Amino acid sequence: MTRKAIKKDETMVFWRDPLDSDDIHVTRGVVHIIEERCKGCGYCIAYCPRKVLERSKDFNSNGYHPPTVKSEECLDCCYCQLLCPEFAIFTVEAT
Amino acid sequence: MKATAAKPLPHPMEDLIRMDRIPHIWCSGCGTGSVFMACLSAIKESGIPYNEFSMVSGIGCSGRGAGYINVDSFHTTHGRAIPFATGIKMAKPDLNVIVFSGDGDLFAIGGNHFIHAARRNMDITVICVNNLIYGMTGGQVAATTPHKAKSSTTAAGNPETPFNLPLLAYASGATFVARWTMLHSRDIADAVQMALNNKGFSFIEVLSPCPINYGRRNKEKALETLRLYHDNTIIKSNADLSELDIDFKRGVVLGNFINKEKPSHDEQYSKIYHAEAG
Ligand SMILES: Cc1ncc(C[n+]2csc(CCOP(=O)(O)OP(=O)(O)O)c2C)c(N)n1
Ligand code: SF4
Ligand code: SF4
Ligand code: SF4
Ligand SMILES: [Mg+2]
Repeated sequence: MTRKAIKKDETMVFWRDPLDSDDIHVTRGVVHIIEERCKGCGYCIAYCPRKVLERSKDFNSNGYHPPTVKSEECLDCCYCQLLCPEFAIFTVEAT
Repeated sequence: MKATAAKPLPHPMEDLIRMDRIPHIWCSGCGTGSVFMACLSAIKESGIPYNEFSMVSGIGCSGRGAGYINVDSFHTTHGRAIPFATGIKMAKPDLNVIVFSGDGDLFAIGGNHFIHAARRNMDITVICVNNLIYGMTGGQVAATTPHKAKSSTTAAGNPETPFNLPLLAYASGATFVARWTMLHSRDIADAVQMALNNKGFSFIEVLSPCPINYGRRNKEKALETLRLYHDNTIIKSNADLSELDIDFKRGVVLGNFINKEKPSHDEQYSKIYHAEAG
């Protein structure tokens, strides 16, 4: 895994949009979820800095509701990947 | 906007995990897996070949760590992870030896081993998953359970005072001392890398929820514990170690507190006993 640093403070909401945000290239990520492995703790959903994830209405064969992707705003920060206790979610840079 | 959900690929950490043992035993909402993951990412990012690592655990939920990592590892008897690690280090001084174990394992039954390995500045890295309880055996009081907290053996509240682990480690002679929570994945990974670079005894305490056997009795769901870790912690690496008692009302202090040079046990040992060979 390459290091795409996210500092602790960035896990909070962004207070304002930078003035030059239109000119800056923002890395985007594609989220991969291994649904069968998820135990539904909700860590990834609660701590994604961009609120990309939500609880799925569906459940896996153990009865847990995995996360599902609800927006295109993933920054590929890998925080969900690091936090998930089940190795059930990771991201790759969008091409 | 249309959301992108991709077809599952293998998880990027699978080369470091014994996939035939997954799913692991850790409960939903248990933080141990998050600490484990941060530790694996530090190993991966270090660039050190995997065959130059060895992981040792004692007994407990967190003690399962050694059984899930895909490097040479030992799941030892309760409390004895540090003596096993010491033996490995003495026999193979070039290995990076990591102990991954619980607060009960390392500080109750294994407490004496901890203080003596720190005193010797044994060149190993000890990661303690501190969930404030004996998780595996049903939530008995531990040497780390906060004063007044409920456990299965202190149903009306813990009358005792817990250890301040970073202070204990420092006073015993540890040369790298840190405390983080499982929410601070990057900081844990950085601390593990610093610990691997430290030629001496390194100790990293990581606070982690046990929602089943601690949270349930103390009216704290896993995500509520994580909220305390986020809102009621203070990062202060130059903190006075005597002020590191765990009290979320006052704020729990986190940081990389100590990182100092001192000859390690293997250096001192080979100077005296292998002098002619060197
Ligand atoms: C010699 C011995 N005494 C007692 C036990 C029972 N025992 C198993 S795990 C454990 C405590 C585990 O607590 P901790 O190290 O904090 O791990 P956790 O489960 O909380 O991760 C105890 C007392 C044992 N296995 N062996
Ligand atoms: S990598 Fe994960 S945590 Fe980071 S923005 Fe994307 S979905 Fe959210
Ligand atoms: S962190 Fe992992 S186990 Fe928890 S809900 Fe997200 S994907 Fe599932
Ligand atoms: S009992 Fe507690 S420490 Fe053990 S796996 Fe469950 S939540 Fe984790
Ligand atoms: Mg414990």
